[in-house]
Amino acid sequence: MSEMKKIKNLKEFSTSADRFEGANLLCPGCAHSIIVREVLNATNDDLVLAASTGCLEVCTAVYPYTSWDASWIHIGFENGSTAVAGAEAMYKALKTKGRLKQPDRNPKFIAFGGDGASYDIGFQWISGCMERNHDMMYVVLDNEVYANTGGQRSSSTPIGASATTTPAGKISYGETRNKKDMMGIMAAHNIPYAAQVAPNKWKDMVKKIQHGMNTEGAVFINAVSPCTTEWKFDPKDTMHLTDLATDSLVFPLYEIIDGHELNITYRPKNVVPVEEYLAAQGRFRHLFKDEYKYLIKEWQERVDKNWEYLNRREEARV
Amino acid sequence: MAFDKLELNEIEVWDGNYAAAQALRQAQVDVVSAYPITPSTAIVEGYAKFKSDNLVEGEFVMVESEHAAMSGCIGAAAAGGRVATATASQGLALMAETLYQASGMRLPIVLNIVNRALAAPLNVNCDHSDMYMVRDSGWIQFDAFSPQEAYDLNLIAFRVSEDHEVRLPAIVNQDGFLTSHTAQGVHTLSDDAAFNFVGEYKPMNDMLDFEHPVTHGVQTEEDWHFEHKARQHADTMNIVPGKIDEVFAEFEKLTGRKYNQVEKYNMDDADVAVVCMGTSVETAREVAGEMREKGIKAGVVGLRVVRPFPFMEIAETLKDVKAVAALDRSAPGGAAGMLFNEIAGSLFNTDSKMLLSGYIYGLGGRDLTKKHLVDLYTELQANADAGKLLTKQQQFIGVRGPKLAFL
Ligand SMILES: Cc1ncc(C[n+]2csc(CCOP(=O)(O)OP(=O)(O)O)c2C)c(N)n1
Ligand code: SF4
Repeated sequence: MSEMKKIKNLKEFSTSADRFEGANLLCPGCAHSIIVREVLNATNDDLVLAASTGCLEVCTAVYPYTSWDASWIHIGFENGSTAVAGAEAMYKALKTKGRLKQPDRNPKFIAFGGDGASYDIGFQWISGCMERNHDMMYVVLDNEVYANTGGQRSSSTPIGASATTTPAGKISYGETRNKKDMMGIMAAHNIPYAAQVAPNKWKDMVKKIQHGMNTEGAVFINAVSPCTTEWKFDPKDTMHLTDLATDSLVFPLYEIIDGHELNITYRPKNVVPVEEYLAAQGRFRHLFKDEYKYLIKEWQERVDKNWEYLNRREEARV
Repeated sequence: MAFDKLELNEIEVWDGNYAAAQALRQAQVDVVSAYPITPSTAIVEGYAKFKSDNLVEGEFVMVESEHAAMSGCIGAAAAGGRVATATASQGLALMAETLYQASGMRLPIVLNIVNRALAAPLNVNCDHSDMYMVRDSGWIQFDAFSPQEAYDLNLIAFRVSEDHEVRLPAIVNQDGFLTSHTAQGVHTLSDDAAFNFVGEYKPMNDMLDFEHPVTHGVQTEEDWHFEHKARQHADTMNIVPGKIDEVFAEFEKLTGRKYNQVEKYNMDDADVAVVCMGTSVETAREVAGEMREKGIKAGVVGLRVVRPFPFMEIAETLKDVKAVAALDRSAPGGAAGMLFNEIAGSLFNTDSKMLLSGYIYGLGGRDLTKKHLVDLYTELQANADAGKLLTKQQQFIGVRGPKLAFL
């Protein structure tokens, strides 16, 4: 185990390392870059990184430039997880054989992917990596939409959201399915650690990332990533949207250890009504028409039920 | 814990799969990331068994699909070590996307393809439709005609692929079942001699060098993509053939076994010739010998290197031949099969008056018999005598059913 980096305050944290440059092509206000910086800044360890095709990838490694000051690889849309798994296997092999160039280094292997890359097309690859328990971390930048290709629905897109392939219209309220429970599915692989994080709760995030990095074996992280372009809000409001997501409990923060022990890591003092979260985003605007108001009620009920479920699981320690 | 070595007999009885597995062991491949498919499975099973018997020290990652197998190979290769895997047919089809990614990223990887028909109909036997599907994927492609060659070409493939001037992945093809499951005497190298030939892996732009972080697999658009691909193509055509010859020559010095990009048999004075790949080369050689006894000057050209296509040597070899048959083991859905096209392309702007005809044969494991080849040479001779094609340009060999000649 490597020594954990000590972080005193946000100012120090945000400037403590710069392995992901501010110079990139992501939209102003994009939460992807905030999350990536937080993940990378949580450690001083050497890193081997992968990204799946998506906003993060196309905006940060445009030849002849790169925003990454750490080894980084992109192969395709679905296989960022397995790229890192392959690199981790090579690390092990070369370590056994005594052929590492810098044998005293203790690198961490991390793959990033959007929700499309993770919940959908890359699902099988991630499942394989988790099941094989590679010593790696997989981080989902969960903006609940295929942003890079212009806003199609993914299986993370929540009910009622208008996406380009599930557009709200005269006879449609948009997405009709509930968001897939990736945390539940990934934890069911009995991996040592799975956690949901949000960039606004940076201390919670750093704790979880550090815990994950010091865990031997596969780690799954799901990070809520408000997308100004597809969620349709003002770029200056990214953190406000993230606050609304965590404080309405639409995106609860918790962790699951060894596939069963669930801990809720953030309990908002004042829980915000889901309606406020929905109202702040253009993708839900149509839900406020009279005929769809019942959906907002259902939304609240679903979030309450899920919160109750998480609390019960925490209590039951199963 | 150090790994153990194997004492091999000078000649071992191995099938093509086991021969390839032994080559992976002797090359001490660092990472094998694999998924099983008939008829290639025994290659990676072989490696796994060697690992469990402490005969190799690398990592064996049994992934959940062929796409992941090659994805793992790419990540491992970028990390900086020796990488190999094997597949066939449907597995190769699922892997296809990643083949372009591996070559575009200029990563050395050795992939054994045990040639098998692509479904549908589902069929586990040999043809070359899988190899043809990925022929433009930017990989160097060797073709083994026998278990011996599957062994030798694997060792050779590592050398070529990992060369810092080349940095391109390489495929070793062998015919499903016909080579992969047919045991023959294979001349071996000792573990030390084989490893010395392949050499210690020399990383380049490896992700595990933390003093020099690297970015692999960038995004380019119209501003750079063309330059990258043009460079890759130029290196494939300008650097790879010379490197292959160099490694072939070194291998010959070590073993006495001589390989050529274009394997010529009785070609010095041939009037008629068959160009083919895989196990049919051996059958054709035998028939050509018999045809010679009947006074027909028959020759055989076996294609050892499919990519980069040795077009100059093919043109030189065939320029004075009167009638040539290109034998393609895949149905092209077009005017001609791959070999026909490549040969025609190689000779098109030359003075050659060669009569070229294309034959589709052996799909889904259908035998190519000596009788077929006797008839074929006879037909070629008739074309040569007449000074024109007496038959259709594209025909099928040994298939039931009417109207199977086209064009
Ligand atoms: C095999 C394949 N299918 C489709 C695409 C097109 N594609 C590229 S990025 C993308 C969407 C990415 O969405 P997501 O993973 O959610 O990441 P985001 O851009 O939202 O961060 C799609 C559909 C592709 N590159 N490869
Ligand atoms: S579209 Fe969304 S996810 Fe993509 S860069 Fe812009 S804000 Fe970020």
